[in-house]
Amino acid sequence: MVSALLGGHPAGALPSPVIEPGFFAAEDVRVAIVVGAIAAIVAGAVGVFTVIRGQSFAGEALGDVNTAGGSAAFLASVAPLLGFVVVGVIAVGAMELIGIQRPRGRDLATGIVLGAALGLAALLLYLVTTVHSTTGATQTILFGSVLTIASSTIAPVAALSVAALALMAMLYRPLLLSSVSTELASARGIRVRLIGAAYLLALAMTVALAAITIGTILSTALLVGPAATALRLTRRPGVAIALAGLLGVAAMWLGILLAYDSFDWPPVGTGWPVSFFVVSLIFIGYLLSGLPGLLQRRARAA
Amino acid sequence: MFSGFMVNAWTVASIVAVVAGLVGFFVVLRGSAFVAHAVPNGSFAGAAGASLVGINTLIGLGVFSLLGALGIGVLGRRGRHDVVTALALVVMLGLGSLFLQLSVEYAPEVESLLFGEVLGIASNQVAPTAALAVVCVAAIALLYRPLMLSSVLAEVGEARGVSSFRMELCFLAVVALASTMTVPVVGTLLIFSLMIGAPAAARSLTDRPLVAMALSVAIALIIVWSAIALSYETDYPIGFFVGSFGAGAYALGRGWAAYHR
Repeated sequence: MVSALLGGHPAGALPSPVIEPGFFAAEDVRVAIVVGAIAAIVAGAVGVFTVIRGQSFAGEALGDVNTAGGSAAFLASVAPLLGFVVVGVIAVGAMELIGIQRPRGRDLATGIVLGAALGLAALLLYLVTTVHSTTGATQTILFGSVLTIASSTIAPVAALSVAALALMAMLYRPLLLSSVSTELASARGIRVRLIGAAYLLALAMTVALAAITIGTILSTALLVGPAATALRLTRRPGVAIALAGLLGVAAMWLGILLAYDSFDWPPVGTGWPVSFFVVSLIFIGYLLSGLPGLLQRRARAA
Repeated sequence: MFSGFMVNAWTVASIVAVVAGLVGFFVVLRGSAFVAHAVPNGSFAGAAGASLVGINTLIGLGVFSLLGALGIGVLGRRGRHDVVTALALVVMLGLGSLFLQLSVEYAPEVESLLFGEVLGIASNQVAPTAALAVVCVAAIALLYRPLMLSSVLAEVGEARGVSSFRMELCFLAVVALASTMTVPVVGTLLIFSLMIGAPAAARSLTDRPLVAMALSVAIALIIVWSAIALSYETDYPIGFFVGSFGAGAYALGRGWAAYHR
């Protein structure tokens, strides 16, 4: 990955412009830009509901659960994406059984499933490293990178994205109503629990496609950060979804650009990880979006 | 199984189980499972950073878990709590991946930090773990009444002069302390199972807080002891046993509660 990135890139050429020569010429970068944008858009749409429903923990847990899915797929020699989706759906089912739909049980249901899945991941990773004696596998499974995506994964990832977005479009109105007021939704004849479970399915698909392309760290960051920022700036859910997608794509692209530039930063030739830049950008965006509210409170207090 | 270096493993793991059982009781009571996941998990960045600058891992873990926990407390006052926790976690992990990238020799240690290395505990790790455990238990004993009040009835607590915000910060600091001492032993990912599974099982068995805390500690000890024994016998990672026994204990507790209702 590194050598491919460095190919056609004059190391140590100074002074360096913001967009290095050869940035768009590198195949890795082009794939990362496309896949990163897809993941950010889907995560934005699903993430707005994750934030409204207070299910960030489930989103983050599903990302970690994917570690088990990834290593299981590695052991069974099937496509990792299949492992991610299958294990994610099983985890969602278990969370639903334990009681994620009740506000009081939500935290615990997620926690128990996460704990069990992590234990399983520990075993599977152990088997991966002993059976295949590939020590690098752990790192790849745990911290997948957007710059190591094979272009053959683009098609299944795109298909999964379309499926997740279609599910969200179908769920949109009943989900919105049952997220804002369970009582009102039940009174209107919406099957709140079914809608909630279908939403979790969309969440599992989103996290799977995000985790496999951009890694679990970024999957949580893109799911929660842009959506929370957007919801601080607007109260209208439709606008928030668009805004969250926009913010996510912006953070993703800027992060990839900075990571590409960072090959010239000390230590020269190593490069800083994309996830660090994207996460920092998202966090700064979230903090900045809190400023108007803070200033208002200050003004009112004065 | 009980000779030489294994003595350290048994001692340290027992200390960890006691602390996880006690702290975990409040984690489950307050619905703070996400924080209990995020703080130890994020603090791994501290370990990576410590190895990058060449200081003791324990210091890195301590600094990062405390900063992360207090950051969640302060930002969570205004924003949504789970959102802030998720963001704090990813920021710490992002820093961690940066530190890992910059330091070359650290990479092989990642797995042991994530999933624990209880069978490889050196004798010089016993004393600091015990010291931190004493501080942790003392803090819980001191905070017991106000923390209990503000966890169960926050409004009544406020009326009696117990600030929920201050209690939250104290509680988060205790979680950070517990993470610091437990992470090198059972790993960032699995201290969490211990802090959730055991107390959740205990809570489904009894409603009385002190009994539940004692039960929680007992269950945590059983989980850890059997996990060490099985890990020693089978060579499988200890995290697998801790994780599955934690979930198993909870399932048994739920089953027992359902049967007796």
